[in-house]
Amino acid sequence: MNSKLSNKLATGVFWLIGFVILGILAWFLWRILSVGVPHLSWDFITGQPEDMMAGGGVGPQFFNSFYILFLSLLIAIPLGVGAGIWLSEYAKPNKFTEIVRISTEMLASVPSIVFGLFGMLVFVTTFKLGFSIIGGALTLALLNLPVLVRVTEESLRAVPPSYREASLALGSTKWQTIRKVLVPAALPGLITGVTLTAGRALGESAILIFTAGTTVSRFAPTPDLTASGETLAVHLWYVRSEALIEDAQQVAEGTAALLVIVVLLLNLLIALPSRYLQRKKAGK
Amino acid sequence: MKTLKDKIRCSNLNLFYGDNQALYDINLTMPAGSITAFIGPSGCGKSTLLRTLNRMNDLIPNVKITGDVVVDNENIYGGDTDVVALRKRVGMVFQRPNPFPMSIYDNIAYGPRIHGIKKKRELDEIVEKSLTQAALWDEVKDRLNKSALGLSGGQQQRLCIARLLAVDPDVLLMDEPTSALDPISTLKVEELTQELKNKYTIIIVTHNMQQAARISDTTAFFLNGVMVEHGETDKLFTNPTDQRTEDYITGRFG
Repeated sequence: MNSKLSNKLATGVFWLIGFVILGILAWFLWRILSVGVPHLSWDFITGQPEDMMAGGGVGPQFFNSFYILFLSLLIAIPLGVGAGIWLSEYAKPNKFTEIVRISTEMLASVPSIVFGLFGMLVFVTTFKLGFSIIGGALTLALLNLPVLVRVTEESLRAVPPSYREASLALGSTKWQTIRKVLVPAALPGLITGVTLTAGRALGESAILIFTAGTTVSRFAPTPDLTASGETLAVHLWYVRSEALIEDAQQVAEGTAALLVIVVLLLNLLIALPSRYLQRKKAGK
Repeated sequence: MKTLKDKIRCSNLNLFYGDNQALYDINLTMPAGSITAFIGPSGCGKSTLLRTLNRMNDLIPNVKITGDVVVDNENIYGGDTDVVALRKRVGMVFQRPNPFPMSIYDNIAYGPRIHGIKKKRELDEIVEKSLTQAALWDEVKDRLNKSALGLSGGQQQRLCIARLLAVDPDVLLMDEPTSALDPISTLKVEELTQELKNKYTIIIVTHNMQQAARISDTTAFFLNGVMVEHGETDKLFTNPTDQRTEDYITGRFG
């Protein structure tokens, strides 16, 4: 085969792969949204769930999803970003650092249900938090921590060394260099990492079944940290497997559609300003 | 030779990267208010020596240094040197222009800001003055809030010089500052050094012997980590005392 022909063939194959991926995504979205969106109404999104009767809503679950996400990020971002900065900028290249790094990587690949079991044993049982919003948020933070550490470290390492040199050569301290040059330069990577983490957290169910529970407080939505905190993703699992309500199918389809829409919106909400920021920095 | 105050003095300076010795027993004085050029083939240690003068070699692990480097009567390897304060006095321009991914204004204001200047008016003045000194003001005054990464390579390098001038150093270390630039930009940077040398002590590493001959007052020639010859630039280029210097400047090697 001559090189021109194989070049054409490769071009064709890669275009095809691109379309296949897009096609799968479009098909998936269409399936979820076309059956789910008709069930969405203001009453469904804000209403209280029903245990026995049809016509319940997912208001508390909707609130809990974001509440737990927010709390878990509040815990995980400072710790994760801090550890990432330490690994990239302060840690000496020795055995100890290597152990920390390998442990983080291993933690990142632990199945989430194992984190869930750990969270149940530690937070729910030992610390006597019960199935609660705070128990779920803490365990979710643990799940996301290793990912955030890695993303932070890698984004900082991707900053050209010349920025470090330039800043230090102007007589700035290491901390000034990190705060004013390195972190801003690494910000697009960090934002991508946080977005992925947040999306994953919104969709997480295994962990939360064990730690936040499958029910909501009678007073929900409530900021009470010890209230049980079923989220949308958990609710989706629950109504499809355990619920007694006759419209379980419809509630599940509506919940799935709502979850997908929320994750998409969240991504857009973070990605668009980030893109803008990046373009501005690059001088376009 | 004019009598000038010594700004920087290296005595018996040796430098090791791990087990490899990169500089051997360097003894050299650099007078204030003049331009000293370091020339020599790649790997001869000239950039390494330059980076010892503001302790940028501290960033590289396993570097060991013996001997003294005295800047303004202070031995900067004496042990109680404030490295941050030293680098404010002894600034550096790098081989490749390295502006921060920020606006032109913020690039220049970066140094003054980290050294505690907050007032907008004061910063405005410093930005204009530094850019004017670096002969860049007229080209960028209408787009100070645009990203510095949108400038051409030559403009970026002059921006880096302006960024350095903004912290008001005494010494400018220039590590092959024109090697990534086109001839016209190179000329501009060279002209700039001539204007700056009255106010600053400049030490420039260059691969380009014509450049050293054009702009410097004294020149030091290095080979394999040893300083072979050091003297007035005119004399070193027209009548070198060492055979190796002559071989190098006449293009027999390097």
